[in-house]
Amino acid sequence: MRPGALDRDQRRFSLDQLLQHGLNAIILGGTYALLGIGLTLIFGIMKVVNFTHGEVYAFGAYVMFALVMPLGVNFFVALVLAMALGILLGAAIELLLLSRLRDADIDTTMLVMIGAWIAMQNTEQLAWTGVAHSIKNPFPPEPLVWGALSVSWNRLFVFAVASLLIAGTYYLVNWTKFGKALRATFQDRDTAALMGVRIDRVNTATFALGSGLAAAAGALLGPVFVVVPTMGDLAASKAFAIVILGGLGSVVGATVGGFILAFAEELGSGYISSGYRDAMGFVLIILILLVRPTGLFALKERIS
Amino acid sequence: MSIQFGRIIRTCAIFAPLLFSSAAGAQDAIKIGVSEPLTGAFAASGNYVAQGAKIAEDEINAAGGVLGRKIQLIIEDNKSNPTEAVSTVEKLTQKDKVPILMGAWSSTLTLAVMPKLEEYGVPMVVETSSSGKITTAGNPFIFRISPTSEMEAKAFQPLVAKLGIKKADFLFTNNDFGIGSGAEYAKMLKANGVEVGVSETMDPKATDFSAQLAKIKASGGDTLIVTTAVEQLTLILKQAKDQQLKVRVISCGGSNSPDQLIEQAGEAANGTFHTVFFPPWFPEVTKNPDVAKRYMDEWKKRGHNVGGLTEGFRGYDGIFTIVAAIKAAGKAEPEALRAALWGVQVKGIYGDIAFIKQGPAGKESGQNIPSVHLVTITDGKVSKLGL
Repeated sequence: MRPGALDRDQRRFSLDQLLQHGLNAIILGGTYALLGIGLTLIFGIMKVVNFTHGEVYAFGAYVMFALVMPLGVNFFVALVLAMALGILLGAAIELLLLSRLRDADIDTTMLVMIGAWIAMQNTEQLAWTGVAHSIKNPFPPEPLVWGALSVSWNRLFVFAVASLLIAGTYYLVNWTKFGKALRATFQDRDTAALMGVRIDRVNTATFALGSGLAAAAGALLGPVFVVVPTMGDLAASKAFAIVILGGLGSVVGATVGGFILAFAEELGSGYISSGYRDAMGFVLIILILLVRPTGLFALKERIS
Repeated sequence: MSIQFGRIIRTCAIFAPLLFSSAAGAQDAIKIGVSEPLTGAFAASGNYVAQGAKIAEDEINAAGGVLGRKIQLIIEDNKSNPTEAVSTVEKLTQKDKVPILMGAWSSTLTLAVMPKLEEYGVPMVVETSSSGKITTAGNPFIFRISPTSEMEAKAFQPLVAKLGIKKADFLFTNNDFGIGSGAEYAKMLKANGVEVGVSETMDPKATDFSAQLAKIKASGGDTLIVTTAVEQLTLILKQAKDQQLKVRVISCGGSNSPDQLIEQAGEAANGTFHTVFFPPWFPEVTKNPDVAKRYMDEWKKRGHNVGGLTEGFRGYDGIFTIVAAIKAAGKAEPEALRAALWGVQVKGIYGDIAFIKQGPAGKESGQNIPSVHLVTITDGKVSKLGL
């Protein structure tokens, strides 16, 4: 074989590899963004350090599992139901725990949320055992292949739904009356109340919405991965990183942050070292925060 | 003087029943400490091992116990966390005063508790852990019944030529278990003329391996050697299929539960190979098929998950090994049990359990030489490959 031919083959091969890494990062970024926007509403706007975010994510996955596998509910119906139940669970957490703590300091709220997180995770294990469960999906088992690139249909579906939910949330927060009430409440609670905003309801609704998005992420990703009680831990740590990277309270920031984290992980582990895959994302976050301490997209008035 | 004497007698009279009752209580049952991950990332496996251990406990007690006393397992949850594992050993040795332990599932958890065994002078039978470091570190309180990665790789050797492996890539979990296994298999393969491509690692909690798999695909080997537990393995098989990675996948470490893979990875599990330490699909190939059958019958009778049979036997064998040591020692005291473990001969599911010496002279650890089996999945069924 001529040496030139080998070189060309190798170059071709590494281009394929780069494109596959890029495609993987886009698909992964969509799910990270979805995890991030749910949390940015709660942690960024409500200023509640929400340790239950990962557990609501796991809850969404378990609801999906329970509906699809033993009960045989249609996959797409189950997805909607999982999100609806996630919203109800979020509302319940807000009404039972947080509404009593509205004037408490951040430490107290944090401790309560840590307690809720541990209790929820152990309940999941008690109910479903620690054995991993998998959820059947209705998509073709063979991946979509395009040249040397391939991606599973299930992941494409996740990406599409995640994009819709992100766009929907953006619209809701920025262009609706509810969104205006939400932003007003967390900018200045007392003034908003004086203007007639029912701030208790806004609190509950915001937490419920954020939780619904987490449950949706869990229900979408449950069939892609496997469902285990500890699945929420990793999801929550990534979500926190994304929210801080994107800037507290910014839906656009959380979306962009999600994609940045995905690209950093994918390219970092592809070309530097996979052993430091999770470190790559965090190193990048530290670098960005050194330059922009408020995150990429934070608005000044929201930080005060 | 006489008043003081009377007071002493009275005090003794008050405390005497307490002393006697606690002595009689200790006579009731011999306590055995067990540290397993009942919650956290390894919860599935840890619970299976605990279930297997309980089967052994009930079987031994039904047959009259040991030294005329019953045995009692005290099972503590190490939460899949090395720090918590150390706490469980503190609690079991200091509060419960157990003379012997079994644990701790996974090399990382076992390595974490080893200094405490030396500090308190209590021996531990290790039922699951493959890192070579455990028995070569010079800890004379360690008695491991599971195989080391080195033994596993050696057992695998004849298959390299049989399967026609030319170039192998690696993907292993980034902890003592994965790194140790990857190193041993790479050494063995290189010695057999196999080219070693990329060695990729993953966080033990990671769920997305797309980057690693894209890199492995680009490396162009014919075989991928994976070391991790069943949860990550399921995801790797599914994602390898999504990325059209068409290589022979071989999983090692023995915590790969082929039944669970078939159920959860579906088609993606077909054509894969797995090293297991107990093959419940054909118990007749084990050294002591009668023992294996007794364990399997009881497991099914109790309605435990059949996918857990490949983990549960470790706990079953571990408790029988400990009881053999108690019988040989004639008393349940740590130092006597440690001495007795060197002489035990147990007909177990791991094979005929006995300990050889490993590690620096004078501070050797005990290591059993168990059987290793290679199985393959075809059309959703497990079949055996000669080893």
